[in-house]
Formats: sequence, C-alpha cells, structure tokens
Amino acid sequence: MLKDITLGQYFPGDTVVHRLDPRTKLLLTLVYIAALFMVGSWGGYALCFAALAAVTAVSHIKPRALVKGLKPLVFIVVFTAVLNLFFTGGDDILFRWKFIRVTWAGLERAVSMVIRILLLVSGTFLLTYTTSPLAITDALERLLSPLKKLHVPVYELSLMMCIALRFIPTLIEETDRIMSAQKARGADLETGSLVERAKALLPLLIPLFVSSFRRADELALAMECRCYNGGEGRTRMKQLRMAWQDAAAFALGAALAAGVLLLRRLGI
Amino acid sequence: MDPIIRIKNLTYTYPDGSRPALDGVSLDIMPGTFTAVLGSNGSGKSTLAKHMNAILLPSGGKVLVDGMDTIDEGNLLAIRRRVGMVFQNPDNQIVANVVEDDVAFAPENLGVEPAEIRRRVDAALEQVGMYQFRLHAPHLLSGGQKQRVAIAGVLAMDPEVLVLDEPTAMLDPRGRREVLRTVEELCRERGITVVLITHHMDEAARADRVLVMDAGRVALDGAPREIFPRADALRALRLTVPDTTALLLRLRAAGMPVPAGALTPEDCAAAIWEALR
Repeated sequence: MLKDITLGQYFPGDTVVHRLDPRTKLLLTLVYIAALFMVGSWGGYALCFAALAAVTAVSHIKPRALVKGLKPLVFIVVFTAVLNLFFTGGDDILFRWKFIRVTWAGLERAVSMVIRILLLVSGTFLLTYTTSPLAITDALERLLSPLKKLHVPVYELSLMMCIALRFIPTLIEETDRIMSAQKARGADLETGSLVERAKALLPLLIPLFVSSFRRADELALAMECRCYNGGEGRTRMKQLRMAWQDAAAFALGAALAAGVLLLRRLGI
Repeated sequence: MDPIIRIKNLTYTYPDGSRPALDGVSLDIMPGTFTAVLGSNGSGKSTLAKHMNAILLPSGGKVLVDGMDTIDEGNLLAIRRRVGMVFQNPDNQIVANVVEDDVAFAPENLGVEPAEIRRRVDAALEQVGMYQFRLHAPHLLSGGQKQRVAIAGVLAMDPEVLVLDEPTAMLDPRGRREVLRTVEELCRERGITVVLITHHMDEAARADRVLVMDAGRVALDGAPREIFPRADALRALRLTVPDTTALLLRLRAAGMPVPAGALTPEDCAAAIWEALR
C-alpha cells in the first residue's frame, strides 16, 4: 500500500526541456518565481501563464498531471482567497451582509493571489516533473560550490540528499514489512481514535528507527571501503555542460521578466 | 611470487570483548587464488576479513597488503583501493539511486579523470553482466543483481583482491548462483584474488583453498579435496560437509571403493560411475 506513494514525481522523457542543464532549469525557475512576484497587472499573469503553458506543451507533460499536483493545495488556496476577500479594506463596496463586507479591491486581490499561488506551484512542479531528483541535487551542488570557499560542506550536503533519496524506497519497503509483521501479530493500525492510532504506530516506528541506524552504520562502512574520504579531491563521472539551448532558455527567461516589467509599467 | 596479503601472528580483541576475536592467525594469500573462509558464528572469520583492508587494525601482529602495513595511516587509501570489500546486505552498500552513478562512487572518491571513470564503470558493469541495467534504480533490481552491482562498485577501483563477507547470505538460490558465478569468473578469467567468507559448503568447495576458523584461530587449512573428507574434524568444528562428500563417505563406509575428494556433483557422479564399472 505504501508503494503507491510517488516521491519526487519525475516523469522521464526526452524533450528539449528534459535535456536542458539542470542548473539552467533551477535558475530559470527562480527567474519565473521572481517574475511572478513582480507582476503588477492582469497582462503580467497572462504572460506568465502563457510561458507556463508553452513549457508544459514542449515538455510533453500532461496538463492533467499539473492539475493533479495542485489538488493538495486546495485548502491553502481557499484560505488565502477567503482571507483576502473579506479582510481587504476599501470604499468600493460590492456586497454587504451584516458584518461581512466584500470590496472590489478585495475581490481583485483574492483572485490575483490565487492565480499567483497556482502559477507559482505549477512552475516548480514543472521543474521536478522534468528533472530527476538526482539532477536537481547535482545542480544545487554545483551552483552552491562557490560556498566551499567559506567552508560550507556543499558536497557532503548534496551526498546526504542523494543518500536520503536513495533510501526512501528501501525504507518504504521496510515499513511495509514491519507493518505486515505487526499486523500478523494482531496489531491494529487502522481503527480507533486518533490517539489510539498514533499509539499503534509506535511499534512500527521503533523497529524502523533501529534498523535505520543499523543501515547507516553498514552504509558508512561500505563507503569507507570504497575510499570515501570527504569531498576533497573528488572528481565526477558526469560533467554538466551548458549548450546553446541553455543560452536560448536564459534569453527566453530574461524576455519573460522584461515582459512582466513592461506590462506593469504600461498597466495592461 | 610474493603474497598479496600476508598476515603474521594477528591478534585482535574488540574494545568491549574479554576474549580475543582473533588469536594468533598467520597466513599468506597468493595473488590470483580463490580462498574460502569457513567457520561457525563467532569463529572470527568476519573479523579476519575486516583486517584485510584496514577496517580493523591489529591489536597484535601485522597485516601486510602488497607489502604495506595496515597500521600505517598513510597507506590507508592505497590499501583500500587494492582490497575491495563486499558485504552481506546489498541494500546497505549502494549509495546512489542510479546503478552507473553508484559504480562511479569509488573512482570519483579516488579523483580519477571523468573519461577514465566512464570507461571503468562500463567495464565493471560488463564484467558482472549488469551493463544493460546501468540506468536502472537499484531498489528495483533483484537481490542477486544488487549484489552484482555492489561487486561492480568495488571493481571500478581496479582492485587486486576482492574480499566478500557472506555475499550470498541474504539471497535466494538463483541470486546465489549468479553472484558465485560472477566471483568465480573474476578470479579465473581476470586473475583477481578472491577471499570468500561463507557458510555454504558448496560455495567453499569451488575454491582453491579452504580455511576453517574456530575460536579466533585457523583450525584447518588446505585444498577442499583434503579438507572436506575429514568429516569428523569438520563436525567437531560445528560445520557440515558438502552433500557430495557426505554421499561419497557413506558409500565408502558401505564398502564401495570411491574417492572421498570429488566435490562437484559432476565429479561425484563420475567417481561413482567409475566405481560401478
């Protein structure tokens, strides 16, 4: 049952977007997010949406996958909308009932906040849908590598992330096994009050914890046997290389940011 | 020829142990040979293996790898590069979530040039027959396949010795066969020295030399043909004999003139055929 959980949600593919350097994609996602926060007009949102739609189309990601990814956000979106709708001041009253009042300004703000959140989250989804977690880790390591001069253990951090990703499926499998074992001995994990169910999780978590420590110990030993001695003097098999596509992507990103600013200036 | 690993009067006591886990072990391992180490639980066989690549350092005596003393910290990486080690649980030795990235881990640690790493990774995966799985996620592979990836990860260091600490203990019969075939090929065709720690008599029967450990000492040492017929001595050390040997010994006891040293099922069948004619 736990195996159904998808993590990282990477959809392998072989499109221009998939082939872009992960560093480019990471930086462009940041540009896109910055552009979203600079939007000052409806035209700006339209431009950002057009950019998002174009990338989605080029990378052959099904729009349905994006919508599915947005589902867990319903609560936060509704919450933001309600908050902005009812608690924005203004004289231009649209609707009043007892102590509740809605202004035009409030409505505008609520709608623009919702659009902003949806565009922001779908944009970051596009990054994880088209880039494997490992490639993102790799890109982060290389983008942060100037920090090595400040003695930030960049390589070690990225290795930790990589190992964590590597062990997620292994630990899920193990949890499944422990759950079956506890159920076979009469543990009841599914009924009862919240407190009872939380208590029932304890015999699941303790063995999982203990075995994780044992795993960590063995992994450390195996890594030492394979000459691991920190990030110093390490080389990499896969070298990241920027190609002309990356330059083109950066140009498009810059155009998006400039377009958003221009539309804001023009007030469209 | 000089031994690749020379162990002289090695003793080792674990920090929390009262009794030494190894008590005066001396042995030489010659390059290109296949040695199996047998022994019941707690006989010191894993402890012995961990001394061969400086994971544990001797409390007394010496371990020399290719002439280098393991106690000298300056030799550490050079020793670990020469002596690769594979453990029991394949899940806990794989670092990366793509097979080829995992195999690249050791040469990356050693600072090898990227193009050379690529070459070594491909060669190592070819050798263990896992090349077509190079882009797979390790957790989707079978136990035997994972263990072969772990072996490839060590081979990418270009080691001279491969020490395997019960590599088949967690595998199904098919996985066991895969791993054992790979190990044998590496020894016979690539000339890699193999030290195989195992519980399985039929695995040990394929080696050139069998060491039987008991209470931190080497109790028996010789070719499998010489060791296995000594069923009483093995039973005294809480070990069994391979099925083939057991059969031949019973036939001999019943008065049939068969040699007790035929170990593989084929040799055993041939020996019985010969006696029946």
